[in-house]
Amino acid sequence: MAAFWAWFVAAGTIAFVIWCVWLISWAGKQGPQNKQDEDLVGHKWDGDLEEWNNPAPKWWLYLYFITIAWAVGYMIAYPGIGAFEGILGWSQQGQYEQEMQAAEARYAPIYERFAAMEFGELTRDAEAQELGRSLFAGYCTTCHGSDARGAPGYPNLTDDDWIWGDDETAIIATITHGRNNVMPNLSPALGGDAGIDNMVNYVRSLSGAVAADAAAMSAQPMFVALCSACHQADGSGNQALGAPNLTDDTWLYGPSAESVRETIVQGRNGVMPPHGGLLGDKRTKILAAYVASLSDNE
Amino acid sequence: MDTTASYNDKVVRQFTIMTVVWGIVGMLVGVLIAAQLMWPQLNFDLPFLTYSRLRPLHTNAVIFAFGGSALFATSYYVVQRTCHVRLAFSKLAAFTFWGWQAIIVLAAVTLPLGISQAKEYAELEWPIDLLIAVVWVAYAIVFFTTIGQRRIKHIYVANWFYGAFIITVAVLHIFNNLAVPVTLTKSYIIYTGVVDAMMQWWYGHNAVGFFLTAGFLGMMYYFVPKQAGRPVYSYRLSVVHFWSLIAVYMWAGPHHLHYTSLPDWAQTLGMVFSVILLAPSWGGMINGIMTLSGAWHKLRSDPILKFMIVALSFYGMSTFEGPMMSIKTVNALSHYTEWTIGHVHSGALGWVGMMTIGSIYCLLPRLYNREGMYSTKLIDVHFWTSTIGVVLYAVALWVAGIGEGLMSRAVNSDGTLTYAFIEILASKYPYYGMRLVGGLIYFAGMIIMAYNVWKTIADEEPAPVAIMDPA
Repeated sequence: MAAFWAWFVAAGTIAFVIWCVWLISWAGKQGPQNKQDEDLVGHKWDGDLEEWNNPAPKWWLYLYFITIAWAVGYMIAYPGIGAFEGILGWSQQGQYEQEMQAAEARYAPIYERFAAMEFGELTRDAEAQELGRSLFAGYCTTCHGSDARGAPGYPNLTDDDWIWGDDETAIIATITHGRNNVMPNLSPALGGDAGIDNMVNYVRSLSGAVAADAAAMSAQPMFVALCSACHQADGSGNQALGAPNLTDDTWLYGPSAESVRETIVQGRNGVMPPHGGLLGDKRTKILAAYVASLSDNE
Repeated sequence: MDTTASYNDKVVRQFTIMTVVWGIVGMLVGVLIAAQLMWPQLNFDLPFLTYSRLRPLHTNAVIFAFGGSALFATSYYVVQRTCHVRLAFSKLAAFTFWGWQAIIVLAAVTLPLGISQAKEYAELEWPIDLLIAVVWVAYAIVFFTTIGQRRIKHIYVANWFYGAFIITVAVLHIFNNLAVPVTLTKSYIIYTGVVDAMMQWWYGHNAVGFFLTAGFLGMMYYFVPKQAGRPVYSYRLSVVHFWSLIAVYMWAGPHHLHYTSLPDWAQTLGMVFSVILLAPSWGGMINGIMTLSGAWHKLRSDPILKFMIVALSFYGMSTFEGPMMSIKTVNALSHYTEWTIGHVHSGALGWVGMMTIGSIYCLLPRLYNREGMYSTKLIDVHFWTSTIGVVLYAVALWVAGIGEGLMSRAVNSDGTLTYAFIEILASKYPYYGMRLVGGLIYFAGMIIMAYNVWKTIADEEPAPVAIMDPA
């Protein structure tokens, strides 16, 4: 905070505290001090509106004063008056770091044991799985669902279909760094509605959802030209690029002709946010093992 | 009768009727979104019925349409009666009515269409913001000119509060909404990052402090002594709590941003001034309750006074709860939970709603030359629906919110969270149901009010009321 504003804030704070204290002392001095002395102030509005001038209740004035005294004490102890940082040396950032260190000291030993275990072992270890389930509930369920079966646009983690791969390295990379799945909008190259419809039918015919009739097959050269760079010429996908396999019946955005059309016409932008900073390496490994085990149970 | 010798009650009548209408609309939307929290399919997959669009419609409707109309109506009534003059600039006053209604209608159209600045309680886009600014300046001109023309030296305490509310809301509204327009329905706020957040909550909390507190204290200071037939308890107390309240409220906004990237010193100031705010807030409650205290026997026969005493009780309760929730350690539990919504509604339904309802029951017969409302029995029924409704609502969300806060921080022995988000959400369902029932009961009371209001005014031909000479 610039020095001028620090002094400005400090002066304003102190002025308003003094103002409140002054009001209390003013209230104590004004008018009759005796509660029985219910003199009317002597003004009259609208025929019958009048005012007494009873003293403000003592307990109320004390309450007011105590809150001010407490506020002043608090501002001496904690940052508040301009740039003055308070005699306790407290800061929000400091409190956060302290609590994180305390948590680390307390919980690190639990994770030490798992850090030494092989990935495959972790997928079978009951305790690691329990821990993984808790982590999954806290970090993953918002998108992937409590049962990990996902939702349109959010992959089902319990099946054997993996967009980015199911080995240790791939899952850990997905969790740590997140993923950006960009399906570009390539529809302008398809030659209008009829061309798009043919492409939709061709894509759906790859998994046998519809018959590969002549119209659908007419889109095949276009598929090879436009789509195969990511999805491969046979539509089987490429995990290195996160390009889904189009020949199975798992559909991230739904199997209907409408949703396939939407994918082609509008493109897709799937984002898995990075969690490495939140979880750290040791928790990530346990969570990854839990996620890997979800499809093994099927 | 010469119009200069009578009060301008037409604009008061208009705003009073619209208070009831917008109250019903705003609360109906509230009931719908409360039901959507239990049954999300109630949005029928229609974009304009989704929770995200109806929620700002609900808040804008109850705060600015219902609460705003009530404040316009009562401030115009009170300033004339307590200054012993006709409201200044009849045409400008009429403009504030039609302008304010136009703003509400524009809000009711644009918010469901998804046109929004995405700033809480300041969602309306820039063309509507400009209209609000113009209407508000007109309101200030009408109000303060009337004060300037008063025929009695002392300005009555209710007018201090109305005046502070009018000035401050103008400042808050204009500075929070400074934006660069891009199209007619899209603009970018000039503030960025944490400065934007701070501006937003400086505005947001003072909307509570000045719109929903100072304005309604103005209402309280006229209608409570009027209805009770008793003098205001303490002039001195009103001076101290007024000057304290308006000075201290300004600092409280940062308590909405605890444990964020807002600098530590700003969080501290937001917290300590929120705690200091307890006594100034209670000053108004004490003055109101002590004013009523000589008239306890009237509570047996007068349900309007019951509305007022319960409103003051909820005011005292939620202004205790607020400072407590602003303390960082409490806030760490309560923030981002249903407790916040419960807190807001004990203020909105309990204090703002019941003070408005009581004041309208007091005001309406006077505007139509009647001795009283069509049915006192129905006022009593309304009182019980309101009270039961708000209690159910607040209790449900206290339990849900505190449970939610505790579940959110529960940790297993291995350091992982005990509860997933969805488990916490599931735990709140029974309380969502209880809240819906509470809201429905409160809403039912508003329907009873509408019937009672209709029967009171249906056959009445309002006559001008001669301006009373100052005593």
